[in-house]
Amino acid sequence: MTAEKVPVRAAGGVLADLSPKRDGHDLGWLAEARLNALEWVGKNGFPSRKDEDWKYTALDEILAVPFVAAGAGPGRRATLDLINKAAIDLGGPRLVFVNGHFSPEFSRLTGLPSGAVVTTLAAVLATSPDRLKPFLGHTPGEHHAFAAFNDVFAEDGAFIHLTNDTIVDDPIQLVFFSETEGVPLMTSPRSVIIADSGSRATIVETYAGFPGDVYCTNVVTEVVLAENARIEHYKVQNEPTTAFHLALLEVRQARNSQFASRSVMLGSSVARHEIRVLLGGVEAEVSLDGIYLPQGEQVHDNTIFVDHVAANCTSHQLYKGVLDDHGHGVFNGHIMVRHGADGTDANQKNKNLLLSDRAQVDTRPRLEIYTDDVKCTHGAAVGQMDDEALLYLRTRGLPLESARGLLVYAFVQEMVDRIELEPLRASLEALVSTRFGTAAHRAQQ
Amino acid sequence: MSAPTTTVGISDEVRELADQEYQYGFSTDLETEVAPKGLSEDIIRLISAKKNEPEWLLDWRLKAYRHWITLTPPTWQHVSYGPVDYQDIIYYADPRPKKQVTSMDEVDPELRAMFDKLGISLGEQERLSGVAVDAIVDSVSVATTFKDKLAEVGVIFCSFSEAVQEHPDLVRKYLGSVVPYNDNFFACLNSAVFTDGSFCYIPKGVHCPMELSTYFRINAADTGQFERTLIIAEEGAYVSYLEGCTAPVRDKNQLHAAVVELVALEDAQIKYSTVQNWYPGDADGNGGVYNFVTKRGMASGKNAKISWTQVETGSAITWKYPGVILKGDNSVGEFYSVALTARRQQADTGSKMVHIGKNTKSTIISKAISAGHGQNTYRGLVDIRHSAVGARNFTQCDSLLIGKDSGAHTLPYIDVKNQTGQVEHEASTSKIGEEQLLYCRQRGIPEEEAVSMIVNGFCREVFKMLPMEFAVEAQKLLTVSLEGSVG
Amino acid sequence: MLKIKELHASIENKEILRGVNLDLKAGEVHAIMGPNGSGKSTLASVLIGRDGYDVSGSVTYEGQDLLALSPEERAAAGVFLAFQHPVEIPGVGNMYFMRTALNSLRRQRGQEELDAVDFLALAQERMKLVEMDQTFMSRSVNEGFSGGEKKRNEILQMAILEPKLAILDETDSGLDIDALRVVASGVNALRSEGRTMLVITHHQRLLDYIVPDFVHVMAAGQIVHSGDKDLALELEANGYAGLTPRSARVGASV
Repeated sequence: MTAEKVPVRAAGGVLADLSPKRDGHDLGWLAEARLNALEWVGKNGFPSRKDEDWKYTALDEILAVPFVAAGAGPGRRATLDLINKAAIDLGGPRLVFVNGHFSPEFSRLTGLPSGAVVTTLAAVLATSPDRLKPFLGHTPGEHHAFAAFNDVFAEDGAFIHLTNDTIVDDPIQLVFFSETEGVPLMTSPRSVIIADSGSRATIVETYAGFPGDVYCTNVVTEVVLAENARIEHYKVQNEPTTAFHLALLEVRQARNSQFASRSVMLGSSVARHEIRVLLGGVEAEVSLDGIYLPQGEQVHDNTIFVDHVAANCTSHQLYKGVLDDHGHGVFNGHIMVRHGADGTDANQKNKNLLLSDRAQVDTRPRLEIYTDDVKCTHGAAVGQMDDEALLYLRTRGLPLESARGLLVYAFVQEMVDRIELEPLRASLEALVSTRFGTAAHRAQQ
Repeated sequence: MSAPTTTVGISDEVRELADQEYQYGFSTDLETEVAPKGLSEDIIRLISAKKNEPEWLLDWRLKAYRHWITLTPPTWQHVSYGPVDYQDIIYYADPRPKKQVTSMDEVDPELRAMFDKLGISLGEQERLSGVAVDAIVDSVSVATTFKDKLAEVGVIFCSFSEAVQEHPDLVRKYLGSVVPYNDNFFACLNSAVFTDGSFCYIPKGVHCPMELSTYFRINAADTGQFERTLIIAEEGAYVSYLEGCTAPVRDKNQLHAAVVELVALEDAQIKYSTVQNWYPGDADGNGGVYNFVTKRGMASGKNAKISWTQVETGSAITWKYPGVILKGDNSVGEFYSVALTARRQQADTGSKMVHIGKNTKSTIISKAISAGHGQNTYRGLVDIRHSAVGARNFTQCDSLLIGKDSGAHTLPYIDVKNQTGQVEHEASTSKIGEEQLLYCRQRGIPEEEAVSMIVNGFCREVFKMLPMEFAVEAQKLLTVSLEGSVG
Repeated sequence: MLKIKELHASIENKEILRGVNLDLKAGEVHAIMGPNGSGKSTLASVLIGRDGYDVSGSVTYEGQDLLALSPEERAAAGVFLAFQHPVEIPGVGNMYFMRTALNSLRRQRGQEELDAVDFLALAQERMKLVEMDQTFMSRSVNEGFSGGEKKRNEILQMAILEPKLAILDETDSGLDIDALRVVASGVNALRSEGRTMLVITHHQRLLDYIVPDFVHVMAAGQIVHSGDKDLALELEANGYAGLTPRSARVGASV
């Protein structure tokens, strides 16, 4: 079976569902958009290592699996207990999706102010699908085949709309849990977050699944910030190492809006988290942080594109990677400063720590600047553990393993500290320190 | 068709070939020593025959040509230019002076003004402008003196063609050993059609007694379009080589695709400096040289050191990544670069450092200045292979922007496959400092002079790597190139 | 020598100078004091021709319209500013910088340029004034200089360029007592009949060392008080708030 054919076969199963009408609403535009997207994939195929943006992350492994598009209906093995283990309950509104489809029994939609609409994509598709036209109706192909594929399959996900000046205090949790019954699944969650003028919210996305299951999460999240809106976005990717994770977070920002993304990448066999930010209004600010911790045979790819179109915008990126075993990390950060984007202040930083003789990192911070009134910097560093520090700790009585764990943890701690949500930070601290404190290294020695 | 026999001049076969070509619509007059336009196996045979080359070299050229015709020009570089018609190029022409003028009065006044600003002596001005004067005779005698001095210590320094005749074993051993014929589109083209260049061999333990610049500059007026340079430093040898000159060189050939190969054996050191000031095209971007060069060094032995320093102010398009393959343990690679793009110039340049040996070290310092509509891209690769235990790299790329329509782009590629590797990359891009400009002007220094002073300061780290006299010239060059960019 | 009349300056529609009037005669030393944000440094910036201000009013310097000149022309006419925060210029040697500056001035004034040898002799002589040694000259302009070194370097430049009007913007800020003494004695050595000085500070301390002929108090973009050196002492004792208005032009916002 050739790689190209596989997902198209998977698509074939769903195509029958793409009837032009659904629940009495005319979905002609949607059916057309899905078909266009599918055709685009057929014509352009999947990205390969010859594409600059996919140079370091081979997709062969994913393309070799005969995935089937995940259908609706709760999985049989998902329990509240499992879900709570996968994603610590932050107490506020929580939407849980199993295999990309909403699970009301695990979800909670309380504690929201009146100006906040928090519902599902499926619900909006059923009641007022035209609201989604600006999102699902766009021509695919701006990015790549997987984003287009999400266009083809997307049926559910979160839909959040904050009206003018609405402030949601509690974090809105989105949990994506996947499980299969032996057949490899492709799930295609699609979330839309619209923050009107002056609104504020914190969104926490968590991705997890049943250990040992083979599936691929192919997710697209779109965030639109109007003037003065503020969104803080967390993402914890902790899928099992038998799963694949391909994500696109697309952000558009208007004047004086602020967007922050903090990403923690722990799981998956091959994971790619792509963020695209359009700074379209003056004085908008974006800050993107992330850690990635590939071990075993994991591949963690962070691809970022920040597009400074408007003047006087600020962007910051800080990504740190710890690479162990045969782990492979990729940082591909691209800052574009367009002609006219004067007063741009942009920086990006990527730091990596290699723990094993077979670990690998490819880092590519990129600046592309077409005007002169800018202040842009970038830096990338790859290094190993500081032997002096290690020795120091050992002379103070720490066993080698603990000393190593401590130093690795210190390296990523700066990032964990940036997480302002206390319970989330505590849970991530536990996850990260478990990873470096003991298990991984003891197994290796 | 077999390779032509070794007689110089016009063999029957070449005559026959020329006649054949003529049938296809070309007009060839062998007496004028110019081949018909276009590229074919026959043209390559003609070049090889004209140069009286051994069969292995012809075979090598043909192998390159046959590979080249399967390639398409690269498109990934951050530059734009119209398609080059490779069949519209004359691949062989006698390198003797063509057009001569009888006095400096006939030389383009703009060119003369630039010579004056750069402080180039009248004699040199005349030579560069192709004025037929007795000075040329003097140059030859000076050159001969240098050559004798070099021969005393066993240094071979001659044209590539001469080396093929006089030292065929050395050429055969090292040609293509660093930049293989199939390396990339332009290197491949060069391998097929190169006409001449320089060859330099420093024997074991010899410290070359002079900068190989003086001699070179006297003879460098006609470097040709497809230049090939090969420098070999044997164990413990040292050489400092200087290419190019600050004088603006106008050339009717738009495409220049040179290849430079450096080989440094154990404990050897090669320092290669370039000042490039080809015609950049006019203010609207018309004309100007396409400078597509492949330069690479092989630090093959333990403790070998290869250092590239470049000051690139000319050419419409500069496309080059001088690199070092750090194969020997403890070997060192360095790259120091100043690239200035003004008017509508474009540069896509940087360095490739490939770490293979243990404890190898590399340093990359790049200073880019973009003015007017200039676009300047740093593109670099730091590749730490799995075998490169204890490898280190430090990279610093700074860009200075002068004017709203200028652009600066920094695209490093860093691949690390060894946990003991340490890589540090830092880059910054900003507008020329307004506070610095005001400070200088407050002290009475006019704006244009202040800009030039600040830019030269920005580049100082690189200039100090150049041989002294050249550093001074390079600074002047930068000043002249920036003129009219301010305001 | 310098006559400032109803000088207004605003930046990004914010008015900072709101009608400054000052009259400086040749050889006088004037001090301008005032709290932070009163417009003292803006006045210095406008006098040397910093970009970005909308300026109205008039500044007449030796009979010519100073505001019409470029920064380098003002320098050539003899206006010098010792910057509050001298900028670093990496890669440009201090000695080379000063020689270029001096020769630019000389060229603009139609004087013969100094060669490297003559300049070195001049520089060495003037360096004694601010107790600087040769090593300063081989470093890049202000790069890696301590706060005190930067200020001494400013005064050295003043000594070499020999301006007619020297504006000292917060030259005492960030200096310890020893450095202050060195800088002040350098400045005092440069006081002369033909040289006017405008000393901007918000500490009375500097004026113990550089004793002014006149003291002006600036607040909210205007000169609200003028007096002799005792005014500074009064300020020291009572603070800016304790002043009783003496001037007809006191702004309502004071």
